[in-house]
Amino acid sequence: MKVLQSLLLVLALIVIALVVAVIPGGQTLIGKVLPYLAFAVFIGGFIAKVVGWSRSPVPFRIPTTAGQEESLPWIKPNRFDNPSTTFGVIVRMLLEVTMFRSLFRNTKAEIHDGPKLVYGSSKYLWLFALIFHYSFLTVVIRHLRLFLNPVPGFVQAISFADGFLQVGSPSVMISGLTLVLGVLLLLLRRMIRPQVRYISLVNDYFPLLLILSIAVSGILMRYFLRVDIVSVKQLIVGLATFHPVIPGQVGAIFFVHLFLVCCLMAYFPFSKLMHMGGVFLSPTRNMANNSRKVRHINPWNDPAIKPHSYADYEDEFREFMKEAEIPVEKE
Amino acid sequence: MADPKAEQLGVGVAKDPSLMTGAIPKRDWMDVPAIFRPGNYCYPGKQEIVEYLSSALPGKFGPAREWNPEDEDWNLPENWKEIILEGIRERLDKFRSLKIFMDCCVRCGACADKCHFFLGTGDPKNMPVLRAELLRSVYRREFTKAGKIMGRMVGARDLTVGVLKEWFMYFYQCTECRRCSLFCPYGIDTAEVTMMMREILHLVGVNINWILEPASNSNRTGNHMGLQPHTFKENIMYLVDDIEEITGIRVEPTFNRKGAEVLFITPSADVFAEPGIYTAMGYLLLFHHIGLDYTWSTYASEGGNFGLFTNNELMKKLNGKMYAEAKRLGVKWILGGECGHMWRVVHQYMDTMNGPADFLEVPKSPITGTVFENAASTKMVHISEFTADLIRHGKLKLDPSRNDHRRVTFHDSCNTSRAMGLLEEPRYILKNVVNNFHEMPEPTIREQTFCCGSGTGLNTGEIMELRMRAGLPRANAVKYVKDKYDVNMLSCVCAIDRATLSVLMDYWNPGVDVCGVSELVGNALVMEGEKERETGLRFEPLAGSEEGEADV
Repeated sequence: MKVLQSLLLVLALIVIALVVAVIPGGQTLIGKVLPYLAFAVFIGGFIAKVVGWSRSPVPFRIPTTAGQEESLPWIKPNRFDNPSTTFGVIVRMLLEVTMFRSLFRNTKAEIHDGPKLVYGSSKYLWLFALIFHYSFLTVVIRHLRLFLNPVPGFVQAISFADGFLQVGSPSVMISGLTLVLGVLLLLLRRMIRPQVRYISLVNDYFPLLLILSIAVSGILMRYFLRVDIVSVKQLIVGLATFHPVIPGQVGAIFFVHLFLVCCLMAYFPFSKLMHMGGVFLSPTRNMANNSRKVRHINPWNDPAIKPHSYADYEDEFREFMKEAEIPVEKE
Repeated sequence: MADPKAEQLGVGVAKDPSLMTGAIPKRDWMDVPAIFRPGNYCYPGKQEIVEYLSSALPGKFGPAREWNPEDEDWNLPENWKEIILEGIRERLDKFRSLKIFMDCCVRCGACADKCHFFLGTGDPKNMPVLRAELLRSVYRREFTKAGKIMGRMVGARDLTVGVLKEWFMYFYQCTECRRCSLFCPYGIDTAEVTMMMREILHLVGVNINWILEPASNSNRTGNHMGLQPHTFKENIMYLVDDIEEITGIRVEPTFNRKGAEVLFITPSADVFAEPGIYTAMGYLLLFHHIGLDYTWSTYASEGGNFGLFTNNELMKKLNGKMYAEAKRLGVKWILGGECGHMWRVVHQYMDTMNGPADFLEVPKSPITGTVFENAASTKMVHISEFTADLIRHGKLKLDPSRNDHRRVTFHDSCNTSRAMGLLEEPRYILKNVVNNFHEMPEPTIREQTFCCGSGTGLNTGEIMELRMRAGLPRANAVKYVKDKYDVNMLSCVCAIDRATLSVLMDYWNPGVDVCGVSELVGNALVMEGEKERETGLRFEPLAGSEEGEADV
């Protein structure tokens, strides 16, 4: 049901793009106006969100410790899963962001007769996530060649590596295929695993399907409905240099692709996709576990909150205390 | 309602259709109301208790009143909705964690089967992701544009009395153990969400007595049990008598003594209830053995802090006694006993809330000279850190064979493992004081440890079935080592564990006892001038004695 809703949404976007691309002025809208708008929403929204998060303080030091603490000198601490130094935190974050460390830990629990609980290693989600994210990253970097003149070395290198199979002409870019694969794996997992299926929202299916449609339109454009790459580059460079132009011979499929990318950019800051920024700010991951060693300050700590005082306590129980030979302040 | 027998529950939990056994619920979770019936909720706070706490912290506990979760009408204040929304807004502004956790979840489901409550009940709303969605759905509606405009399509829903009731149900089926947070790719910590939600529910007077009564006792008398100073001392002196009977040694604890070097604070359960008292006997023997210059306090006679399960303000207020008393007595540093959530508070909150403890010195063991640099600011050391250091320096005379009647395993408490990282210290101690030590399976120990099932103030009798379900993952792992190695003692460093695991073991694994690590230390300590030991600290026969292994 929710998959269907999401699918319909994405199909509607595609239809809109196809219609707009053929009506007079439509190409100007998608090719010259929308990209700026979408990009502005993306950047503005992203920054606003991150600034919004940063406005709230981190009152307490609450890392989730995933290994031995630093305590006695002869006990080996787990420096990265339970970091006590900034360096350790940096490594922990790097492992988290680039390797999905926490997902790598994943297990799958099953209950059998007995009752008996069994925990198995479960790396599928980790693997699917890696395929998806790294493919996406590669595709994005590869697209920089359209914006930049001359094309930087690392973009060329990545594009070269991506196409190293040298199959077909133009040669097949692996990342495009693995991106589609990654999306499909994540999508299927979401639809098949009962627990995940039950919690999934349109908010979860929609971005996957949107990215899928972007990838597929890109692949169609490159290999099947061949668009004129020179015109595309002309258009994109025009955008990048703030002199947008609409060259005559760009196919409709390109405008579909561009329109969907704009949709994704504009949707990004208001969606769960903001986990891209949030992961860096998560207090359970980006803080050192040194709260007994270095005092952490809470900006809204209320000094007016005092414990029930000893004086009041003694006043209430003085006679009992004296009888029990417990020292008192006032006789 | 009678609680089901273990055999019965054991079949049900594996066979009854639930999301855990592969059955997908037909209705969307937003359409499934929370229905309260005897056994699935904790009793509300007593009126006089809520009144007392309200007088201590005005505005934090809502209206004191009689109410019953089973009733349709909870007698909520008229503007309850406003209060709650304002409460959420305030906490979004005060805690970055909450904001991030509301915005970043991608519902990947990695956390789903990590929660002991989900594993034991199969209830979808006990999947951490869905537990957070209970709030997130309202957050979307009230605090995001998409939710305001598109509503349910984007997972947003209105705040209704039904939602509030659901919150009361499921934020009291979370023990803030943080196991889900370990597996979350963004470190989303349901404990944090649960803490906020309990705070917010308190604002409209929705609460449970099993948390508020100990908390209010702790404020007034210094400890959860409500032991007044003379009774507190008396209880410890009973233990002193027992120690004398067992070892022939008279230990001499002092109370509220000014000028002692160390203030010792442990959960009051250790001086009050079995099996915690045996742990306390272990402490008493240890401190006597090394001649530590220390004092107990009757004013700060509670290590635990049920404020952690209530709200920030109460946590700070209760915790404040530790430093206040250390300052009054003029000690150099504080030594803390075995407790889980106490150490969450001490390790991650105390210094921030009630520091700086500039009137104390950086803790230094007077016996070994070790300076505890890791506690340089907070100035409080964990008994396991302290004991491990003593053993490492050969300062303890130990006879581990006195624990030969025990085949021991170790339960990591949630808080010391995932909010501190105290993993090796207790294990090092155990390996030196017992000869038979066996670990439970890896996915159930250390940072992946399972909660006892009754933490965060849910250790109450009226929800026994829920507790036994939630404790099943822990019990099951113990059963594994019981079957494989004949383990008969489950050791731990947590007072709540000592109380809850005892009940859990009696239910799922009869024959397995529960003890604190310090009890095993006490058993093994060879005291100067002691008489030949015939029993352990529980007056149980030792291995090789005539009735040996009687407790198996």
